Amino acid sequence: MSNKSSKSIKKTTEEILEDSDFKSLYSQKNTISVILTILELVLYFGFIALIAFNKPYLSQKLSGAITIGIPIAVGTIFFSWVLTGIYIFWANNKYDVLVKKVKEKIGG
Amino acid sequence: MPQTIIGQFNPVAVMFFVLFVISTLGITYWAAKRTRTTKDFYAAGRSVTGFQNGLALAGDYMSAASFLGIAGLVSTRGYDGLIYSVGWLVGWPIIMFLISEPLRNLGKYTFADVVAYRLNQRPIRAAAAAGSLVVVITYLIAQMVGAGTLIRLMFGIPFEAAVLIVGTLMISYVLFGGMIATTWVQIIKACLLLGGATILVIMTMYRFNFSYGELFSQAEALYTNKFLEPGGLITSPLDAFSLGLALMFGTAGLPHILMRFFTVPDARAARKSVFFATGFIGYFYILTVTIGFGAAVIVGQKLIMSIDKGGNMAGPLLAEALGGNLFLGFLAAVAFATILAVVAGLTLAGASAFSHDLYVGVIRRGQAAEKEEVKVAKIATVGLGVTAMLLGILFKGQNVAFLVGLTFAIAASANFPALAMSIMWKRFTTKGAVASIYTGLTIATVLIILSPTVWVDIVHKSEKAAWDIKDKVGKINKDLKIAAPGQALTPEDEAANKKIEKAAAMEIIAADAAVKGKIDDLNKGIKTAPAGAALSSADTDSNKQINDQIDHILAAESPRVFKDKIESITSVSPKPQPIFPLKNPGIFSMGAAFLVGILFSLFGRDKVAEAKYNDEKIRSSIGIGAED
Repeated sequence: MSNKSSKSIKKTTEEILEDSDFKSLYSQKNTISVILTILELVLYFGFIALIAFNKPYLSQKLSGAITIGIPIAVGTIFFSWVLTGIYIFWANNKYDVLVKKVKEKIGG
Repeated sequence: MPQTIIGQFNPVAVMFFVLFVISTLGITYWAAKRTRTTKDFYAAGRSVTGFQNGLALAGDYMSAASFLGIAGLVSTRGYDGLIYSVGWLVGWPIIMFLISEPLRNLGKYTFADVVAYRLNQRPIRAAAAAGSLVVVITYLIAQMVGAGTLIRLMFGIPFEAAVLIVGTLMISYVLFGGMIATTWVQIIKACLLLGGATILVIMTMYRFNFSYGELFSQAEALYTNKFLEPGGLITSPLDAFSLGLALMFGTAGLPHILMRFFTVPDARAARKSVFFATGFIGYFYILTVTIGFGAAVIVGQKLIMSIDKGGNMAGPLLAEALGGNLFLGFLAAVAFATILAVVAGLTLAGASAFSHDLYVGVIRRGQAAEKEEVKVAKIATVGLGVTAMLLGILFKGQNVAFLVGLTFAIAASANFPALAMSIMWKRFTTKGAVASIYTGLTIATVLIILSPTVWVDIVHKSEKAAWDIKDKVGKINKDLKIAAPGQALTPEDEAANKKIEKAAAMEIIAADAAVKGKIDDLNKGIKTAPAGAALSSADTDSNKQINDQIDHILAAESPRVFKDKIESITSVSPKPQPIFPLKNPGIFSMGAAFLVGILFSLFGRDKVAEAKYNDEKIRSSIGIGAED
């Protein structure tokens, strides 16, 4: 970190923290990160819990030889990726706009 | 049984591999001219795009273990292998939601930059470097030993030579081309691996009219419905959660993965790269699982396990069955390239922990010229590379499976908690961070040593082997028919007993490698009848002679082996039990690291660090002042 940049932040640190756009950006980012993290944890550990506590459920036949467990496992992989997609969609369309706005305000 | 040329010298594989080496060395030469500053060496001048970094992250993460290992696990254990592959992916969303953007905005070259952002530089850098280096070295040993074995199997060259080739090439990439060359090696490898696996899956599914229903019903027909259901991999829920935690948060604590976020220009590109990486890696695991099931049906478990007990050759065998020698050679070269790219990334991460954190941050207290830092990083690269080669050769033939579990447990316990708390928690202090890192490191290491994978499988290896044989013999003997009182055994029962006794004797003989080898050699001489025809009388006679010889050896040797080896061990030492019952300590070591970090921080407030948190908050959210 160079001295110049730290000084320019220092000058406006309190102002930025009190800025309504920064506040909204910060809380939105936290909320969405926490919600998506919890969803991912539920998704994966839900899958693990099914294996640990309810093997017969996963062993049910879906069609032909395919058991329910197979699409559930593949689905866990797929929805993990979808969650990253949701985050990036939000971040590109909402977050980046707010970041730009705050940066313009403080002339950064 | 279908034939295979795996294990023999394969000129096609060598040709493809030489092509890969020539092109990557060409890139290294090109990169060397562009690598002057520390920013070039550690971070490719921050010029990597989000898409490129996504591919490179996938390249760093998709190891030979995940390519050959998961396909092998699926082909031999069916659904259980699929469970494993899910665990390897789920850390990526966590990286995206919690780590990637703050990491890029706050750090410069290593994740220690982020942890140390508002805390005392020296103690944090020393601790973080220790965490990084232990992860890098354990993962390097696992990769090196795996590389030596796999390359010996696929190219027919000796273990030591394979380790030396991998080590020399990996040092060359990093030493001369730094992060620029390493990134391009990763990108090329990722494309080759994704492309090769895609072609293999298309060829496989062509056999099943592109219908998964068809593939699974044939798998069921061969191996019963058990093959498509969860089986014995997860028996204890606590064990499953613990391993799950280690895999998930360990991914978010791997230094060579974290380092890649400093190669992109900004936080936007960092997040984009995780999205691509997660997509590529998820797609790849789905392909690998298909390859595993395909190999089980098309190649058959018997042949797969006769080449390698762990099933590691399932993918290459399938390639050979579907695309002949040419495709096998291509895939073998891709596997070689895969190993190379992963070890190159690890070496660079280890070298930067050494030069940027230990040398500049701790020894020189942050005061070192760029030239000096790059020089130290290069010396560290050679040192680490040579160490990895030596340890790889030293660990030849050892069971190193536990090292991968250890790597992820330490990454999840030593690196991740300190990183996450430094980003998210205002009250986090230097003492809290240092205590958290060393606690995670120590507890993860100690518990792994006391766990079944090391304490039973390695420390008490001979006792375990003896008890395994004794248990197996006991189980086999249970089926012995006993004559009713006052009556003789029927001839059928007597014949059945003879068979059982022979099976038991075979198990006992397994304790003596020399005798076992003799019998295996004799068994190779057994002739089988060609399809639809009977065995010639000469062959029948020779088979009978061989079987008589085997029976003779079993009768003479098995009581002796049993007494000398098995009985003497099992009568003295009890069945070995692990001191720590779980296979992976993640839940305890990670929990302890968080707890200790929180307690130390709460009991010793650090006002300076708290005051700096506001700056950190702004920089991490909007990227003002981020390194460019």
